[in-house]
Amino acid sequence: MTASILASAPTTKVSTARAAQGLMIRGLRSILRLPSAFFPAMLMPIFQSIAFSGTFFAITKVPGFPTDRSINWFMPLGAMMGSAFAGLGLGFGLIRDLETGFFDRLRMSPAPRRALLLGPLFTAWLRAMIVVSVVLSVGFALGARLTGGVLGLISIYIAGLGISTAATGWGLGLAYRFKDLRGAAIMQLGLFISMFVSTAQAPLSVMRGWLHSVARINPITNVLRFARQGFVGQVTWANTWGGLLAIIVLGALTLTFARRGLDKLDR
Amino acid sequence: MTAIAPSAARPSTGTVSKGLLWAQTMAMSKRSILAMLRQPATIVPSLIFPLFFAALGSSSFSRATNLPNFPKVDSFLALSLAASVIQGVLFGSVNGGAALAVDIENGFFDRLLASPTSRVSILVGRLAGSALFGAAQALFFCVIMIAFGVNVRAGVVGVALISLCGGLIGLALGGFMAAMALRTGSSEAVQGIFPLLFITMFFSSAFFPRETMQGVYRRIATLNPISHLYEGMRDLVIDGLTWSAISRALLIPVAIACISIPLALAALRGRLRAS
Repeated sequence: MTASILASAPTTKVSTARAAQGLMIRGLRSILRLPSAFFPAMLMPIFQSIAFSGTFFAITKVPGFPTDRSINWFMPLGAMMGSAFAGLGLGFGLIRDLETGFFDRLRMSPAPRRALLLGPLFTAWLRAMIVVSVVLSVGFALGARLTGGVLGLISIYIAGLGISTAATGWGLGLAYRFKDLRGAAIMQLGLFISMFVSTAQAPLSVMRGWLHSVARINPITNVLRFARQGFVGQVTWANTWGGLLAIIVLGALTLTFARRGLDKLDR
Repeated sequence: MTAIAPSAARPSTGTVSKGLLWAQTMAMSKRSILAMLRQPATIVPSLIFPLFFAALGSSSFSRATNLPNFPKVDSFLALSLAASVIQGVLFGSVNGGAALAVDIENGFFDRLLASPTSRVSILVGRLAGSALFGAAQALFFCVIMIAFGVNVRAGVVGVALISLCGGLIGLALGGFMAAMALRTGSSEAVQGIFPLLFITMFFSSAFFPRETMQGVYRRIATLNPISHLYEGMRDLVIDGLTWSAISRALLIPVAIACISIPLALAALRGRLRAS
């Protein structure tokens, strides 16, 4: 599919949308062709939601904790972590394509450069939707309660899309620069640390010390607040705008990082 | 260092003197430790990640120490020491197993087999390396945590016991990893077992006290030997020297090693038969 679209007009430019669509379909097909690369990213947030909810159950008894159900607190974290890894997975895939030479063939095709970013981004969005849906289903089966109604669901899906966008930009940018598995280690480490030095485990009102200072200024805290609001109370603009802003800024920065990496690769 | 093996012009299938066996085992052990030290990228995460989790937990859950049923502790960090040791040794053991698999993948293992080296020393040397590294990791975590204000109530003896326990855990987990490496000959397969072990750790009381858990999760944690191993080490930190703590901290890894080392030896025999 990808090859046929990109080779359909060897002398003329393929439209960005068409080339991105071809790359997106290739990315989705890779779920079936290489399930070992996608399913851990889907199972990990499910496991994380269950394990954290069980292990840290007692934290909900601390005065000031916003919910009495640990699954309500940790399931959105699992969904965001899974969405982020859905985006990072495209970075891992790109490393494979760079190592096998497939990406060089893409660069030599008449596909616009934008499409080489947009294709993986669309794939990441679809993968993130799958991950969020599966994690939500497991969470509801384990007793999670939606307190914010449909708006709460919409919030967590938008947050998932946003964090997968940022992770895709981060993953692609590093892959373009490192071109080998060293990039994969930095991708995971960077994402893991930025996610955990936020309100991943406990709300700001409960945490103390250095983490409170870091989490307060970490934009991921806003994204998590946005994602969780439908599970710990009502959806409000106060809990929404910060998350949306963080998603837009992080997405723009990381996609610019990726685009510059691609341009460097071309030079 | 491994040149000791070829210099001993003695057939590997024959009787090997105790002195030579010891020298070969020491050489293999030294090689496995040097291999780790020469690649800091493989050992640094096993030291940094547990400390990162400890720092996170300490800030996130410090107020949970006032909850009913929570063990009496000076700080949450005191609870994190034992968990850090288990996590660190787990990371290190996976790396040790992966290194053995790499030896198989790149043909070094076959060269060892072609030399007059005792077969058992190849495995025992590797496991001794894992045990020594585990003990060193445990000591490292103790020193760092003490510097950050953790009071090990069992004192210097407690630190020594925790280090010994780290070594025994390294030996026990190293056995499983060596078995996996010898059976599959694939470093990727050995790395792949890490999430499984990490999950096992999460379904224990290593990250949060069992006393605060409820329902099925508490029952699973109670059945998980890692919970009792962790609690043995934890009690050395927060309660001091007690027979209960010492026995749990030392006997559980020994019991696990009694399963994992025969598995590794069986895997070694299987590989020797196949080659």
